[in-house]
Amino acid sequence: MVHLPPGHNTFGPGDGNMTYGFMTIYWRDMIRFVRFRTLLVSSLLQPALWLAFFGIAMSSNFDKLTAGMPVPAGAYVVGYLTFMGAGIIAMTTLFTSLFGGIVILFDKNWGLMREILASPMDRNHIIFGIGLSGVTKSFIQAIIIMGFGILIGTAFFAGFTPFQTVIGVAGILAFVAMFALGFLFLSAAIAISMESPEGLQGVITLLTMPIFFASNALYPIDTFPEILKIISVYNPMTLLITGIRYFAIGPDFIALGKHYAYTPMDIAWAFGGLAIFSVIMFIFAWWRFRKAVVT
Amino acid sequence: MEHADPEQAIIVVENLEHRYGDFKAVDNISFSVKKGEIFSFLGPNGAGKSTAINILITLLFLQKGKATVAGYDVTKDPQNVRESIGIVFQDITLDRDMTVWEILEFHGRLYNMPEPERRVRIDELLKLVQLEAKRDALTKRLSGGMKRRLEIARGLMTRPKILFLDEPTIGLDPQTRMRMWEYIKGVNEEGTTIFLTTHYMDEADLLSDRISIIDHGKVIISGTSWELKNTLGQDIIYLETNNNGAAVQILRGLPSVREIKEKSHGFTLMVNEDGTKILPTIIDTIRNAGMEITTINLKKPTMDDVFVFYTGKDLRDDGASPARAQHLRAGGR
Repeated sequence: MVHLPPGHNTFGPGDGNMTYGFMTIYWRDMIRFVRFRTLLVSSLLQPALWLAFFGIAMSSNFDKLTAGMPVPAGAYVVGYLTFMGAGIIAMTTLFTSLFGGIVILFDKNWGLMREILASPMDRNHIIFGIGLSGVTKSFIQAIIIMGFGILIGTAFFAGFTPFQTVIGVAGILAFVAMFALGFLFLSAAIAISMESPEGLQGVITLLTMPIFFASNALYPIDTFPEILKIISVYNPMTLLITGIRYFAIGPDFIALGKHYAYTPMDIAWAFGGLAIFSVIMFIFAWWRFRKAVVT
Repeated sequence: MEHADPEQAIIVVENLEHRYGDFKAVDNISFSVKKGEIFSFLGPNGAGKSTAINILITLLFLQKGKATVAGYDVTKDPQNVRESIGIVFQDITLDRDMTVWEILEFHGRLYNMPEPERRVRIDELLKLVQLEAKRDALTKRLSGGMKRRLEIARGLMTRPKILFLDEPTIGLDPQTRMRMWEYIKGVNEEGTTIFLTTHYMDEADLLSDRISIIDHGKVIISGTSWELKNTLGQDIIYLETNNNGAAVQILRGLPSVREIKEKSHGFTLMVNEDGTKILPTIIDTIRNAGMEITTINLKKPTMDDVFVFYTGKDLRDDGASPARAQHLRAGGR
């Protein structure tokens, strides 16, 4: 057995593998994710239930309402379930991400945060680690919604070749990842600054409402009043949903009587917008963590 | 008291000051800790012990003064300080939903220990703190003493030069406390310097090589337990008479009486000589003056006496901090 006297550790940040500190945070957060069975199952079931109940209920109404609308020749019409399926993926990602930082608050009040902050690990790794585990959770949820959605009749990837489907899934996950990171960084920043879980809950509830409803998740935004429309156009949620619809449905389709046409450039802009959002949120989180004092 | 030889000092603090708004939590304190010793900060809750410790472990930014830990400046070189120390925090800082093994594994990874070394070290430490059987138990299923032992094991995971223990036995039952002291002593004998804060006199007295009594952010006095007690004289004699005021006047004249403190019903004498030898003289002196003694007590000075003497008050033992008390009640979190 190796027995070394105190102060003779044979490791340190000089070893060069310190850059993987975020993997430690990731590892630990995933342990928690799979350990809370009820939470795990409910987090996977909830989006499916949204799709099953809200989706089917709304689509049976909307599809009847839009049935009589004139459709241009050759246009591809998708049902409401397919349209809002993209919204459900986005909504689930939003919720999961905004709550992704809550472990930081628990750690701060009752857990490992002091240990982590007093360790030699760079604090940015906490932010990256939380980001990575949040993205993993969102990926799992997004894939479940896509699979379940197709099962109950969303026309995701309809008429796609296998290769196009792979590209489609990859594209959706890329959008989900970029969007999730932005909100995970925001969540981490809020969590490290707050004192109580109740406060965090309040802030998150306050944020989710406008983000979700001032977006194209459930309906087109073109008929919104001007100010709401401007907010909605730049809402990261709208950018995400645009990306998901592009990769899941296609660049050109009609839903709820409205014609949607996206150029690859539109999609690149949307992705760029999400990237900018994430960078800003990272800087915000970096600043909050730098100032964090937990004693 | 004497200043440690700088060669030997592993912690050096000079004129440290820390404020929370207008409140001076640490008020111009200086001290040093020698390599290999157990050094205690003894003081009531709110005396500034935790603030001082938090500055030394780099969790609080140093506002004023200078502090080096393991030869590194806490302001200029916090990274190296962090790598040289282990910490057991005042409140329990475990994830109640992680297992004992995971807690140690997480810590090892956090400090970038290579995997083979983590494995060996975790086995060693679980044996040391006798938690081998609890390896895969969630920490919420551990008793208060086991949690504390796990935290000590975690603090030692990286073989630190210095182990900081902030109120290590707060809220534990007497047997568990004694066990903890054994562990702490054992760790120290292996060569780890220990910096301890406590508001328990017996703990400071029993464990420490040297003690600094701290109150209202100031170091009141420092020295070995023996030195501190000796400043009160060899013995303490408590007397009650039918005329305390007059008795005090007369006894002040005795050469071996170092100090007299009046109490509500009587007074205490701190004497420079063996109390059993001087007691007859004292009794005679009082009787010859025509007064009557109603109560007599003789004892060796304890840390309590030292504390009361230098701070003018009994240690308020208001026990655990709220978060910790809650933690122990809830059996976790």
